[in-house]
Amino acid sequence: MVEIENLKKRFGPFTAVQDVSFEVKKGEVLGFLGPNGAGKSTTMKMITGFLTPTAGRVNVAGFDIETEPQEVKRRIGYLPEGAPAYPDMTPLEFLDFIAQIRGYQGKEKQQRIDKTIEQINLQSVLNQSIETLSKGFKRRVGLAQAILHDPEVLIMDEPTDGLDPNQKHEVRSLIQSMAAEKVIILSTHILEEVDAVCSRAIIIANGRVVADGTPENLEARAPLHNAVTLTLNAEQSQAASIRQQLLSLKDVKKLEKLEESDNNLRYRLVPERRCSIISEVSKLSHAQNWSVAELHVAKGRLDDVFRQITT
Amino acid sequence: MLDTYNIGVLFKRELNSYFATPIAYVFIVIFLFLSGIFTFYLGNFFANGQADLRAFFTYHPWLYLFLIPALSMRLWAEERKTGTIELLLTLPISVIEAVLGKFLAAWVFTGIALLLTFPMWITVNYLGSPDNSVIFSGYLGSWLMAGGFLAIGSCVSAMTKNQVVAFVITAVVSLLFILSGLPMVLDFFSGWAPQLLVNAISSFSFLSHFNAITKGVIDLRDLVYFLSLIAFWLFAATLIIETKKAD
Ligand SMILES: Nc1ncnc2c1ncn2[C@@H]1O[C@H](COP(=O)(O)OP(=O)(O)O)[C@@H](O)[C@H]1O
Ligand SMILES: [Mg+2]
Repeated sequence: MVEIENLKKRFGPFTAVQDVSFEVKKGEVLGFLGPNGAGKSTTMKMITGFLTPTAGRVNVAGFDIETEPQEVKRRIGYLPEGAPAYPDMTPLEFLDFIAQIRGYQGKEKQQRIDKTIEQINLQSVLNQSIETLSKGFKRRVGLAQAILHDPEVLIMDEPTDGLDPNQKHEVRSLIQSMAAEKVIILSTHILEEVDAVCSRAIIIANGRVVADGTPENLEARAPLHNAVTLTLNAEQSQAASIRQQLLSLKDVKKLEKLEESDNNLRYRLVPERRCSIISEVSKLSHAQNWSVAELHVAKGRLDDVFRQITT
Repeated sequence: MLDTYNIGVLFKRELNSYFATPIAYVFIVIFLFLSGIFTFYLGNFFANGQADLRAFFTYHPWLYLFLIPALSMRLWAEERKTGTIELLLTLPISVIEAVLGKFLAAWVFTGIALLLTFPMWITVNYLGSPDNSVIFSGYLGSWLMAGGFLAIGSCVSAMTKNQVVAFVITAVVSLLFILSGLPMVLDFFSGWAPQLLVNAISSFSFLSHFNAITKGVIDLRDLVYFLSLIAFWLFAATLIIETKKAD
């Protein structure tokens, strides 16, 4: 549905986007991750036809952005960073304008507007000028504008930036409710958001794609993925032998002492190649009749992967 | 390539936006006030002893020189400043449609301000029996000239997000277009330059064409002059926006 090939953007001597390629299909929610200045917004501006790429191709639903920009723009709903809107208009006037420019007239236009207002919960501010709205409502107006024509492709640049936790939750629910029948691309630097709504994540750093996969997939790349934390009620005198046995288990690469006091031995076992070692550890404990106070597997955190890849 | 529906939708939004803010009212009040002052005091309307609006129209180029840049400076600069340009240009419209929609709204708005000077027209008709066809061409000429100023302003506004800069540059460029027709400028050239050059300079001037129209003769050449001037500056505005959307 959306195909990006070797996209590149130069601003004077500075290259903001080096080489970005990916493909997104209907039903996917793609999260664009990356530190500030990575090139996320620039990439989105090229997909939506605002910026002309220095090189590369953007194809949306079979239409090329360079040769048929209007066809592409018709199929995209776009929430630019900061959700710009005409400050002297009211949300109602603004949505009416957008609906007209999207080609709706008369009764159909009214239905579209009403439906969007309900979807986004804008009823309470419809006739207040946009410049007087709170940040949360401004963002909602931007979202309303983007989904009014029920686009096949929805592109949102930091849709939850600056919102409070409740508002964030609302926006995420909205995204989830639309996910099945659209292509959704959103950028964020809030990693929990990726877990919450994205079926796929692409990490961009310095204008390049440095990782691409499902969130689980990426999490599995975390340094401590599948590490096991084990706490035993055992005498300190046994500690050396216990450590010895744990280390001799298959695929255990490293053992970190977290605590060693009487009746409380706490270790972290880091596996080779992040593979699963929990059953081995559990079997050993059983066989040795150790009294296990805690046995816990760490899941990789996107945070760690993100930091590892982008720094 | 040009979708008049899109232009119409944009035109309506823009025209409404003038009246949603104080801009429209401030502009109209100042325009009416100044044209009154110029006509009655500087133009010696009553002392003239003639029932026409020549005194009124004579000062329009100078009035527009300051008022039109104030109107046109926000056309694109404001879209850049608020970031709405990104919204506008990712909607299914082309840049030229956006340029035209905005320009036409501003042009029609100045037309409205101009029409609101109708008490002048009533006054001269009350005082005497003027040639109303001359007055009509005066209004037409003035409106065409306003379009010329606005087209220059659109283009300059497209270059910057700073409205003060847009104002100043527009006023300076407009001034050049007025000055090139003033007798003192033309005299300066006619002393030594070939007549062809003098004619060329004069033919680029707003004043020559405007004065010709206000005399009551609507010559096709004057119409073509203003319309092609508008087309040229709007085309330049389109190119500028196409090439530098982002900054
Ligand atoms: N119009 C522009 N002119 C020059 N540099 C720009 C422009 N827009 C963005 N950049 C630069 O390009 C880089 C990428 O920016 P951006 O795509 O906004 O990053 P992100 O959205 O990932 O934070 C940044 O270093 C930014 O300063
Ligand atoms: Mg950004």
